[in-house]
Amino acid sequence: MSEVELVLFLEASVRLGVPLALAAMGEAITERSGVINIGLEGSLIAGALGGALGALAFGGAGMGVLMGALAGLAVALVFAGFAVGLGTDQIITGTAITLGGLGMTGAIYQARFGVTGTALTLPTLAPVPMPVLADVPWLGSALFAQAPTAYLAYALAPALWYFLFRTAWGLELRAVGEHPDAAQAAGVRVRWVRFWATAFGGALAGVAGAHLALAHAGTFAENMSAGRGFIAIAVVVLGRWNPPLVLLAALFFGAASAFQFFLQALGLDLPYQLFLALPYLLTLAALAGWVGRSRAPAALAQAWPNAG
Amino acid sequence: MRWRERAAPVGVGAAAVAAAILLSGVLLGLGGYAPLDAGRALLGGAFGSADAFFSITLVRSVPLLLTGLAVALAFRAGVWNIGAEGQLYAGAIAGVWVGLLGAGLPAWVLGPSVLVAAALGGAVWALVPALMRLRLGVGEVITTILMNFLGIHLAAFLVHGPLQEARGVFPQTDQIDPAARLPVLLSGTRLHVGFIVALLLAVGLSLFLRRTRLGFHVRAVGASRDAASVAGRIDARRVTLVAFLGSGALAGLAGGVEVAGVTYALYEGLSPGWGYTAIAVALLARLEPMAVLATGVLFGALESGAGAMQRDAAIPAVWVIAIQALIILAVLALDQLRRRGVGGAASV
Repeated sequence: MSEVELVLFLEASVRLGVPLALAAMGEAITERSGVINIGLEGSLIAGALGGALGALAFGGAGMGVLMGALAGLAVALVFAGFAVGLGTDQIITGTAITLGGLGMTGAIYQARFGVTGTALTLPTLAPVPMPVLADVPWLGSALFAQAPTAYLAYALAPALWYFLFRTAWGLELRAVGEHPDAAQAAGVRVRWVRFWATAFGGALAGVAGAHLALAHAGTFAENMSAGRGFIAIAVVVLGRWNPPLVLLAALFFGAASAFQFFLQALGLDLPYQLFLALPYLLTLAALAGWVGRSRAPAALAQAWPNAG
Repeated sequence: MRWRERAAPVGVGAAAVAAAILLSGVLLGLGGYAPLDAGRALLGGAFGSADAFFSITLVRSVPLLLTGLAVALAFRAGVWNIGAEGQLYAGAIAGVWVGLLGAGLPAWVLGPSVLVAAALGGAVWALVPALMRLRLGVGEVITTILMNFLGIHLAAFLVHGPLQEARGVFPQTDQIDPAARLPVLLSGTRLHVGFIVALLLAVGLSLFLRRTRLGFHVRAVGASRDAASVAGRIDARRVTLVAFLGSGALAGLAGGVEVAGVTYALYEGLSPGWGYTAIAVALLARLEPMAVLATGVLFGALESGAGAMQRDAAIPAVWVIAIQALIILAVLALDQLRRRGVGGAASV
């Protein structure tokens, strides 16, 4: 592999890692509050479609990202209304939200662009090279000549760490995820915290979806989220619910998704379905190898107050 | 009181379906479609003629019945198997493989062998998340979902590569030996013996859960793992493993029955997401195997009606996936409201 190919591989790794990082950091906040949102995939695909339609309607990718965030937020609010508001089972609710998100986006896309689907060309979210940093050999251009959504991910990692572990609100959020009854007794509004933590996660997943459509693919396709919402949930586990570690884990999985370019560059003639399967296989392997060493929030996936 | 307790779940189910249909009608109206035309096309496509009902609706419902039973068994045991889709593909792969290799064997050997292989394939696919949970403590929700993607990609790889048809043109396998195919049940229709297999398994699973010791253990562990282990001295790990494998086998069988009864070959995209629809099927049936018979056919009707809706009313068939999601949410919400309002016993 030549230097040019290596640089391309690194750039693609980051470009594919960013949506995972955004979705997973948002989900980390959600899960720290005791809510596991399996409907993240639904927020992601809604964000992709919202991003695409927003960019077309307003003629700019920036508005697309905003609309993507709103679409992801809207889907997460439906999830939160059921799982947090009504206290329905989080796993089943999330599965339904994912199904609904994939179905609705497909229906809206087909209603707008026809059943066969026209190849959609969108205003793209162009890379913005950072001065000086982007000129660092290899990693510089990979990390710092990316779309603005990448810089959002870099900035969120320390910011969310600070929020979680150094602020009173972060402490309350973690208390709600560990001991909701105790938090309630201490005057924290458990459902309120869980509601907003879920909404935040959905909005970030929406940005992740918009990044996929506008910065990566340059188009929208049905089911284009391709399970990234689920991989992001695994990434949260691997990153031990800690935003900076989650970012690193997401970039690692971005590299796994970009690995096919690397192998093609080596001239290996392997069927592409094997490359497509690689991220899922690696996620499974990583969960098997790592998960024993991390501990989930104690009240994760438990409805509150207990439905009994 | 007993009668009321038994009737209430049916009422919730019917109300959930009604709510979901109403809401999707409103959404369709907002989208600029004519909801009544859509409903008419859907009903016509599902029930409009003997051919529509027997050759499309019932045929479509067979994999939904089997995957629905798979999900019901797993959820009853407290196993969150979201992986019926991947297990279905694993079963279809194993079934087609045996159906191709066994050419020349008599039908009474080959036919059952295909189905057994499919069940084993599904069970093997479920074994991975089962072991990850029992040995490594990794929750099965994400692992079963990841195994879905692996199953789908494995099938795609096989039909483009090692198992591609001899001509090498289309991404599909050769057709399985005629002796491996399931006989047609009603002449003049496409309804095959797989429907009877699903009926028998529903009865069998119902008896298993109600009348056998292991079935009781499954329900006990599902209701409360700790109580079952401590008070009931039940080996919860063994029960969990049984539920994973049984669930995987049923879902695998769905794939095997589909290739042996309908397609006779393995295709990319064989399943339109039956493994996920199965969750709606099982939940609406309150995880009762006999009720799965009704909800499975209902969702089969939805799927066959969706095709007609797209053809006759120009409404994208993917709407049906959204309707399925609405039905799940309506069941969850109504259950929750009933629990609060009446303060009665939980029914799932």
